[in-house]
Amino acid sequence: MALVLKNSSAALNQHSFSPYADNGGSIVAVAGDDYVVIASDSRLSTGYSIYTRDQSKLFKLSNDSVLGCCGCWCDVLSLTKLLEARMQMYLHEHQKVMSTPAISQMLSTMLYYKRLFPYYILNILAGFDNDGKGVVYSYDPIGNLEKSKFKAGGSSGALLQPVLDNQLGLSNIKEKPEAITLEKALNVVKDAFISATERDIYTGDSIIINIITREGIREEKLELRKD
Amino acid sequence: MNFYGGTIHNGFNDSRNSFGGFRGVDDYNFQPDIDRGFITRAHTPLTTVTSVLALSYEGGVVMAADLVGSYGSLMRFKNCPRIMRVNANVVIGASGDYADFQYLQQIIKQKIIEEECLDDGISIKPRALFCWLTRVLYQRRSKFDPLWNTFVIAGLQDGQPYISCVDKLGTGYEDKQVATGFGSHLATPLFREAVENKPLPSKEEAIAVVKKSLEILFYRDARSFDKYLLATVDSNGAVIEEPQLIKPDWSLAALTECP
Amino acid sequence: MFRNQYDSDVTVWSPQGRLHQVEYAMEAVKLGSATIGLKNKTHAVLIALKRATSELSAHQKKIIPIDDHMGITIAGLTADARMLSRFMRTECLNYKYTHSDLLPVGRLIANVGNKMQVCTQRYDRRPYGVGLLVAGYDDLGPHIYQTCPSSNYFDCKAMAIGARSQSARTYLEKTLNSFPDCSLEELVKHGLRALRDTLPNEVELNTKNVSIAFVGKATPFKILNEEETGTYLTLIEGDERRGAGPSDEPPKDPQPSTTEKKDPVPVVSMETE
Repeated sequence: MALVLKNSSAALNQHSFSPYADNGGSIVAVAGDDYVVIASDSRLSTGYSIYTRDQSKLFKLSNDSVLGCCGCWCDVLSLTKLLEARMQMYLHEHQKVMSTPAISQMLSTMLYYKRLFPYYILNILAGFDNDGKGVVYSYDPIGNLEKSKFKAGGSSGALLQPVLDNQLGLSNIKEKPEAITLEKALNVVKDAFISATERDIYTGDSIIINIITREGIREEKLELRKD
Repeated sequence: MNFYGGTIHNGFNDSRNSFGGFRGVDDYNFQPDIDRGFITRAHTPLTTVTSVLALSYEGGVVMAADLVGSYGSLMRFKNCPRIMRVNANVVIGASGDYADFQYLQQIIKQKIIEEECLDDGISIKPRALFCWLTRVLYQRRSKFDPLWNTFVIAGLQDGQPYISCVDKLGTGYEDKQVATGFGSHLATPLFREAVENKPLPSKEEAIAVVKKSLEILFYRDARSFDKYLLATVDSNGAVIEEPQLIKPDWSLAALTECP
Repeated sequence: MFRNQYDSDVTVWSPQGRLHQVEYAMEAVKLGSATIGLKNKTHAVLIALKRATSELSAHQKKIIPIDDHMGITIAGLTADARMLSRFMRTECLNYKYTHSDLLPVGRLIANVGNKMQVCTQRYDRRPYGVGLLVAGYDDLGPHIYQTCPSSNYFDCKAMAIGARSQSARTYLEKTLNSFPDCSLEELVKHGLRALRDTLPNEVELNTKNVSIAFVGKATPFKILNEEETGTYLTLIEGDERRGAGPSDEPPKDPQPSTTEKKDPVPVVSMETE
């Protein structure tokens, strides 16, 4: 893209076409020692129009890894399809399913490969690390990755993250921190979404929660306000 | 790299050359035009067609779109059919640039012919066509040469009503009802109301809602028209009916003579 | 080795209208150990006899997964099978990427056939020295396909290829009519019995030398592990055995005897399974 834009006649022909769209949506993920929770809202929108009220932004990659993507939806579809194919190639080559840390590194590489024409996606990957503990990886659109215990992102990222910092990170709280239970994590995730929906028009309709434990992945749904 | 050359003209190509082979990252380079020193690909739509409406009902789907091709504000062409029967299970409708639609229509027709030649009793399903369209449109947008359309794919997916939508970027989603263009503002609320309490209305109810929406669009969307095509896909197959006329009621409008 | 005037190249016809090089390639399939494919109305099953090249080596894999809805078993040159399986995997992956659906089995086999045919018509190629049995499931139901180095392919109800597979085919032909309506378990048992018929008397089926895989309606392609294989093996223990005798000579398939000269007998030059 950089090459094209340097070219003056090319720039003249760009008209109003932009290859990117902001389709909104938010993702929250929380990891505990023996669980990971990842949730997305289900609204797919463009500007003031809602495309659909029922589009999950969570992609099940394996029995213990779930990827949440939001941002430019056409990029999301392309990236996740590519990821699926790459994971199947890995499975055939290595006779085993990709682990969450392996996926996290590959995803970073795939994003950076498109450094000059990036996928405009906020990715959050939830799963288990090599020690079997819950882990959350979050990315910027060009592949920078950060490992953490909880993360929020997307159109409501700035509204959701402080709630998590306070309720789960216990920032600036003098009480002795205790391990976050699955129940507590679920409640925080739900409350965070319910709050964000009050102020962000690009997040709403319902939330889809995937609860990943050693037993597998369980799905929950919670309705949000539709306006 | 050239998918159209590959699949269309060469019966025995392997699909690695085809559109959207997932390794097609090379497809994003701009080499040919940089060689010539300019870019000629990005454009704006010329002859445009407006909303497509699609609604699912118990056992099938209904789709409708009017027949006018507008040239800016000029109502230039009055017979632009833009609902296409793909096979007994699928129809697609297009809004946006009519030339781009006709171009892609040829490619889809070729795809159908190739499939019929195989004669193996398998025909493309709506979700597969939807996915293919997202890949086609996404690759074109990635070359900064978009096909300026929004497509609606409707039909039966393994016996269940199916509707989905793809825009010029390759943004795709599935829903129980879809309306493109002006219809997304005027018809979607009516559709959502229709399915709110009864997820799958009867065929008659669905067609009535679609017809009412066409009428409202005719009143409010300056690029719309009173002649339209209506298609249904259900156990009777995919049927596109003969063009029909909206019977408008202008009695509310001031300064018009009412019978 | 040279015994025939007309077998110098794949592109050379014999006056009898035969392509000797292609026929020699067909012999490579018979050098591989026996493998069997069969299906009922909902499932397709692959059963293979695994060989260990020496006391020191492990048993070679005979069954290769292609996609969630398909897998193959091989008889002949393992290395050639790897190339074909890679091609098939790529085709399935590409179709999945563009259509988010599974590639119909028959279409893939037609593509594989076309790919293999090229090698039988060009002087700078050699035919693939491997036969495949493909088990797959799609909208048309379960399938068993057989492919040959001659690039012919066949849609089969049941089939056996590889060394001494004639005995297995005889068993399959006799019991063919009971396949469509039998259960998956019965189907696997039939396959194991057919496979056992190919063994010399002194050899027995065990969890090390048998490989079982199946695919079907709502059942992704799965290769059974040793434990699961053992369960099926115990089911046919004690059945009457109809072995083909201790001979190591592969049973000769009936062939038209139009040539005056006898076809050369190939010697093993490459690893086959």
